[in-house]
Amino acid sequence: MGTRIITKPLGAARRFLPSSVLGRNLLAVLAALVAVVLVLELTTPFRNAQLATMSYYAIAAVGLTVLTGLNGQISLGHGALMAVGAYTTALLLGEDAVPFPVAMLAAAAVTALAGVVVGAAAARLHGPYLAGATLALAVGVPGLAIYFDGLLGGEQGLPVSSPRAPDWFADALYFLSANDMSSAKYLAYLGWGTLLLVMLLLANLMASRFGRVWRAVRDDEVAAELAGLRLGRLRVLAFVVSAACAGLAGSVLAMVVRLAAPSGFTIVLSLSLLTAVVVGGLGSLGGALLGSALLVFLPPAVTNLGTSAGLTGVQAAQLAPFVYGVVLIVVILVAPGGVMGLLRRLFAFRRAGSTTSSNKGGTR
Amino acid sequence: MQQFLNITLGGLSQGAIYAAFALALVLIWRATRIINFAQGAMAMFTTYLALAVIESGQSYWAGFAVALAGGLVLGAIVERVIMRRVEGGPELNAVIVTLGLFVGLQALAAIIFGAAFQSFPAPFGLRGFTFGELTVAFTPFSVFIVGSVLVVMLALVALFRFTDLGLRMRASAFSQEVSRLLGVRVGRMLTIGWALAAVVGSLAGLLIAGGNLVHPAYMDAVIVYGFVAAVLGGLDSPAGAVAGGLIIGLALSYVSGYLGSELVTLAALAILVAVLLIRPKGLFSRVAERRV
Amino acid sequence: MSTRSRRGAALVAMTAIAALVAGACGAGGRPDGDGEGGGASDVGVTADTVKIGAHFPLTGVAAPGYSEIPTGAKAYFDYVNANGGVHGRKIEYVYKDDAYNPTNTSQVVNELVLQDEIFAMVGGLGTPTHSAVLDFLNSSGVPDLFVSSGSLLWNQPEKNPQTFGWQPDYEVEGKIIGQYLRDHLPEARIGLFLQDDDFGDDGEKGVRAFVGDRIVAAERYAPGNTDVGPQIAALQASGADVVVGFNVPSYTALSQLTSMRLNFGPQWIYSNVGSDPALVGSLLNRFSEGKVTDASVLDGVITTEYLPGVEEKDNPWTRLWQRVWDEHGGQGELTNYRIYGMSEAYTFVQALQAAGPEPTRAGLVEALEKIGPELTGPALVPYRYSADSHAGLSGVKVVRIKGAATEDLSPVFVTGNGDTEITEHTAEHAPPPPNGIPDMRPVG
Repeated sequence: MGTRIITKPLGAARRFLPSSVLGRNLLAVLAALVAVVLVLELTTPFRNAQLATMSYYAIAAVGLTVLTGLNGQISLGHGALMAVGAYTTALLLGEDAVPFPVAMLAAAAVTALAGVVVGAAAARLHGPYLAGATLALAVGVPGLAIYFDGLLGGEQGLPVSSPRAPDWFADALYFLSANDMSSAKYLAYLGWGTLLLVMLLLANLMASRFGRVWRAVRDDEVAAELAGLRLGRLRVLAFVVSAACAGLAGSVLAMVVRLAAPSGFTIVLSLSLLTAVVVGGLGSLGGALLGSALLVFLPPAVTNLGTSAGLTGVQAAQLAPFVYGVVLIVVILVAPGGVMGLLRRLFAFRRAGSTTSSNKGGTR
Repeated sequence: MQQFLNITLGGLSQGAIYAAFALALVLIWRATRIINFAQGAMAMFTTYLALAVIESGQSYWAGFAVALAGGLVLGAIVERVIMRRVEGGPELNAVIVTLGLFVGLQALAAIIFGAAFQSFPAPFGLRGFTFGELTVAFTPFSVFIVGSVLVVMLALVALFRFTDLGLRMRASAFSQEVSRLLGVRVGRMLTIGWALAAVVGSLAGLLIAGGNLVHPAYMDAVIVYGFVAAVLGGLDSPAGAVAGGLIIGLALSYVSGYLGSELVTLAALAILVAVLLIRPKGLFSRVAERRV
Repeated sequence: MSTRSRRGAALVAMTAIAALVAGACGAGGRPDGDGEGGGASDVGVTADTVKIGAHFPLTGVAAPGYSEIPTGAKAYFDYVNANGGVHGRKIEYVYKDDAYNPTNTSQVVNELVLQDEIFAMVGGLGTPTHSAVLDFLNSSGVPDLFVSSGSLLWNQPEKNPQTFGWQPDYEVEGKIIGQYLRDHLPEARIGLFLQDDDFGDDGEKGVRAFVGDRIVAAERYAPGNTDVGPQIAALQASGADVVVGFNVPSYTALSQLTSMRLNFGPQWIYSNVGSDPALVGSLLNRFSEGKVTDASVLDGVITTEYLPGVEEKDNPWTRLWQRVWDEHGGQGELTNYRIYGMSEAYTFVQALQAAGPEPTRAGLVEALEKIGPELTGPALVPYRYSADSHAGLSGVKVVRIKGAATEDLSPVFVTGNGDTEITEHTAEHAPPPPNGIPDMRPVG
């Protein structure tokens, strides 16, 4: 989303924009930050809570879109990596209560390390074999929490004490908006702050040499190898970057949900992330964001619609996954490039020499 | 000793079920190069059809036939109406569409048939065979399971190896353009592939359900282990699917019996990773085919 | 204006934000005194309605069975509403699906509390799921009554003043089963068949307190793994002739089917949660068509009871539930899950009556702590609610399943956690009031 906003303005305004990718991305993130503050201050506590939820899906999804969209590796196991991040956070925020940013960094680091191991194995595998291995990962890893139930709390999980807003932060926002800081809103700020930071880093990474070589590997392995690229290393690197994002996402999840439990990291989570990425538009950060929004906002909307149409609670609840399934199918049939692909087609917006294209992956 | 025997036999019949499911995946993979995540949900749906038939007073075999026929029709419809539009597009789009089908069908089944547990009858006895004092964990129905799986595997091997239809199906999966040039009706081959795979999937659904409890999500565990089995064996090989299924079934049964049920999912992961690191395309891969 | 200065400005702003974020690290720990209305409030209460909420698995693997509980509760609330409500207010009961996933639970509970603005949470189901919202509900001052789980977590009045348990916890049940084994089956070699979570662990703790030395095997199954063959084979190999199961009903059916396959015939004792003779019986009868000799497969199985079940057709409480279900239920039959939901609903109506004509959240909690000892209802045993205890029902009786009904093997026993002694509860179980609606006086 970030880069798009900036590339859109009218020609006249364009020359005022920074010429470097980094500058443009920074500006976009700043604009997004203003938007986030506005949205969070103007919406209800419940919407804040939903946005907090969306933020951790989105953090994981942008990481996954780099791996799958840019580097062409499929992963059905990102939920397991999120679990690693969540449990790391839960353990660190538990007894000796390190400051939460330390816990988040640690979660990202530990998960990145896990990403090295998984990535090294994954680099040898392709297509359905990679899918199978990562699927087994998604199902297997939560089992660790049950096996080491002394440390990891077993089936009922580890409680997480989520951070509270420091006074000055609450005061600053009160000064801006005259709103009080609820814990849901603070967590939403935390999640979105992390998300924007991650998106900034990824957008720059995608525009860098790494982004180019990853795409090269995805598009034609043989050519890439002939060009002297070391495929294995590049693949592992993509996995590590993506895993670090998943770890951060898990960390935010743990703080928002206030619990890390195996039943929170079922295969459904991993598959949801993949659907978010593809439905939004593979390889596009904005697409990952849109897909995450769909995950969070669609089911309750359908349920409420069902209830107000006179269905019982149980029927309305069953309607939500049904509609979700249908939406997945319809979006892919109507817009093979995902929502972002569709938007791009609708606006038929092309600019020669656009180098910012975080958005090319989906259409090939 | 008796425990070891029972755990082994239990693992074998469980493995045969994974094998049946893996066979359906292999069939679709060979015919269309797509992993069908909706396989389990489709099988669940046809199993509920069978249950409806049986509950209306018909025999088990009438339900059995309806489920298989239902699978044939469902598979063909899904291919013609939905999958046809994503074939040839990005690989992941097909994956997402099958995931959408999976979620949607499961929810639809809950809406139509309810979310409660229901018991599904078995056509054969559910008591283990007895030898003198010893009763083993192998029932007449287990014999039926293992037998059906072997028959399906042989039929698939024969289909792909000895028949013209099988050859054309493989050709159209491998290269649609070339096949078209050679006069193969690619579209029809794909439809047949899906329809046949759905029949095998329905059979797997019935075998799992027999003498057991069903609910809209009862195939979830089987989907994972069946997929792992298919990948373990090598997605191109029906014999590999069966071998993969039996290996997974046996290994998980031993792990569950001797090490603890909570380690089962981890064990599946460990086995798969160990095998794939040595043979990245599964145990039974022969052709070093280039990635598509 | 040059791009350079623009970029500079952006960098400055970015640095400022980075500083903001970095600054956030050190601080923390301001007591949460913000806008979520802790304490006294009338959130969710209008002149003619009281809105309450709950979370249940309505879809997915855990839905079978559990998804029936809220339909039962809903039917009873509708019944009460049709008869004038509580203090003239109708109870509006909103329940949402969490698919037994704590992440979803936290989302739907946010929705219930922040969007739907419920007055109280009533009967939210599951240990891992409800753990995820324990802090949130307590820090938001939302009464969190009658968690549908027998975990010991709900009884922490100092830490979680808003949360109350309801059913007898698994440890209490385990102790009473353990005592029965010690007194009546002194020679038994005991095997345990346990769900691998707090349910199995607490139950095991209770049983071990009495017959720890005679347990020859403890086999655990991971919920979701439906192949229990290896566990049953291990129990058989251990030579156990009595097996105590702390498991859910579907696993009762699975363990029975697997034992049949192995010709393993110990004396089965299932915890109350898992026995549900009506459900398990109907599931298993299907397999008896010529394959199992005896039609009632569960005949002779020992279990415990604290609520009259659907199979006791003549019990006045069961008759009440049947009437409520016939008048206000939806599709399907009355089941023990629905009776469970109705019984929780009944207790909530008592609490709401006690909270007086102008109920507040704090008042509701206080009222429940006060009326705790005198509460009577569908349950055979008293509740343990007081200012110091938020534990639910205090005991069970041991029964044997006979045909479609049960026969008592022991008097009703009550006890507490840890070393609390087991005592006999002799008070007569009162029938429901004629109109089926409790009549608690407002307290305070």
